[in-house]
Amino acid sequence: MAEPILALKNVTKHFGENTVLDDIDLSVHQGEVIVIVGPSGCGKSTLLRCVNALEPIQGGEIYLNDEKIDIKSKKLANLRQKIGMVFQSYELFPHLTVLENIVLAPTKVQKRKKEEVQQEALALLGRVGLLGKEGSYARQLSGGQKQRVAIVRALCMHPEILLFDEVTAALDPEMVREVLDVMLNLAAQGRTMIIVTHEMQFAKAVADRIIFLDGGKVLEDTKPEVFFEAPKTERARQFLSMFEFNVVKSQVEKVSS
Amino acid sequence: MLDLGLEVLSKGNNMLRLLGGLWVALKISLLSVGISIALGILLGALMTWKNPVTKAILRVYLEFIRIMPQLVLLFLVYFGTTKAFGWDLTGEMAAIIVFVLWGTAEMSDLVRGALISIPRHQYESSEALGLTREQIYFYIIIPQALRRLIPLSINLITRMIKTTSLILMIGVVEILKVAQQIIEANRMSSPNAAFGIYLTVFILYFIACWPISMIAKHLERKWR
Ligand SMILES: Nc1ncnc2c1ncn2[C@@H]1O[C@H](COP(=O)(O)OP(=O)(O)O)[C@@H](O)[C@H]1O
Ligand SMILES: [Mg+2]
Repeated sequence: MAEPILALKNVTKHFGENTVLDDIDLSVHQGEVIVIVGPSGCGKSTLLRCVNALEPIQGGEIYLNDEKIDIKSKKLANLRQKIGMVFQSYELFPHLTVLENIVLAPTKVQKRKKEEVQQEALALLGRVGLLGKEGSYARQLSGGQKQRVAIVRALCMHPEILLFDEVTAALDPEMVREVLDVMLNLAAQGRTMIIVTHEMQFAKAVADRIIFLDGGKVLEDTKPEVFFEAPKTERARQFLSMFEFNVVKSQVEKVSS
Repeated sequence: MLDLGLEVLSKGNNMLRLLGGLWVALKISLLSVGISIALGILLGALMTWKNPVTKAILRVYLEFIRIMPQLVLLFLVYFGTTKAFGWDLTGEMAAIIVFVLWGTAEMSDLVRGALISIPRHQYESSEALGLTREQIYFYIIIPQALRRLIPLSINLITRMIKTTSLILMIGVVEILKVAQQIIEANRMSSPNAAFGIYLTVFILYFIACWPISMIAKHLERKWR
């Protein structure tokens, strides 16, 4: 098998006494879509933040194409360009237009030509159904539109891997779909992605592999069919049963109303 | 007819003298604000640092200046220093020193507030895009902080202009002092001049401050 794009080796992360990531091993190969699920507070966000060196790790190593990701490294900004990240809270820059948001890093960090980047940005905006919004400010957009811009902003850096941290969690239900569709499209294009989500149907549809994280450990690392039909661990069964309950509950509500 | 004593204005160059007085007031406030903004940005940035000693010193300075009435500061600097250190400050110098002390304290607090009001995820999403520390400040943090700062510092300018009415107490001939002089000189011929002259002063203050606070309101709305 080819070398992985991203490799986490025995990664350990503490916040004070609290061990949030406990000896994590994880490899991601070119074109793979990994979905991380797990109960709230199990360390999913922290894992993504460590990959992007937004958090220092206390043990183990993280490699992107054989280059070690080190929070103190001079080349960190260089490595981060290759990792696109979209967060849960919309984090567009409020003083810049949509187009300026997208073009800033490619022109200032990668020193690419402004015209060329703008062309690409407009094409990408068209692909996510946002053509005509390039002159808008974040406050004029809906949550779903903001997240799609944030995705385009990450894509425009030509990252080798994309990280998504519950990007639909703060959205109104009717906007979740438009963002998930964009991500399904990216998966279909063969992008390498790590996705943290609570949308189980989406996870089933998009994932090549599901990682189940609990208590700072990888409890399951398997194909989605296996994870959703026959999870190995009791913890995973419990976790999945919560979602079944939610489905049942929402159906009951529908019937009774 | 009601005699407001307005005819005194057209006597000699009285109107010009009033305008000259207004200019003294504006000059002192604008100069002080300019210096205060520069020093305030410096101190405000220092206040967001983690160092507890600098923080404590700046905090004490800020509280002290805030509590003290401006008039006391003016007397302290103008009369106090002459006696204590033998400095021979002009009234205008003393006024500028006091206004800079005051303005710097206020500005540094505004700058600190503007800087810490930028949410952490603005730094993080910039970092995630590979921007360097300097680029993050230059393209993301400072432009956003300035937008919050400019309307607030304009308000400071109008407060300073208003407060210049105190500096006649240390012998600076600004607009209010000129008004008193005119009224005094015409006490015999136009005993009603006080009303007309002070009304003019009132209108001149208004004309100087109103556009400034309109600009502030406009910017505040635009950058919300
Ligand atoms: N900056 C931080 N300081 C201290 N503890 C933190 C910090 N960030 C996260 N944690 C803790 O780390 C654990 C994992 O958090 P997180 O990765 O956000 O979980 P998840 O994304 O899976 O919900 C939680 O117990 C949380 O309280
Ligand atoms: Mg999280």
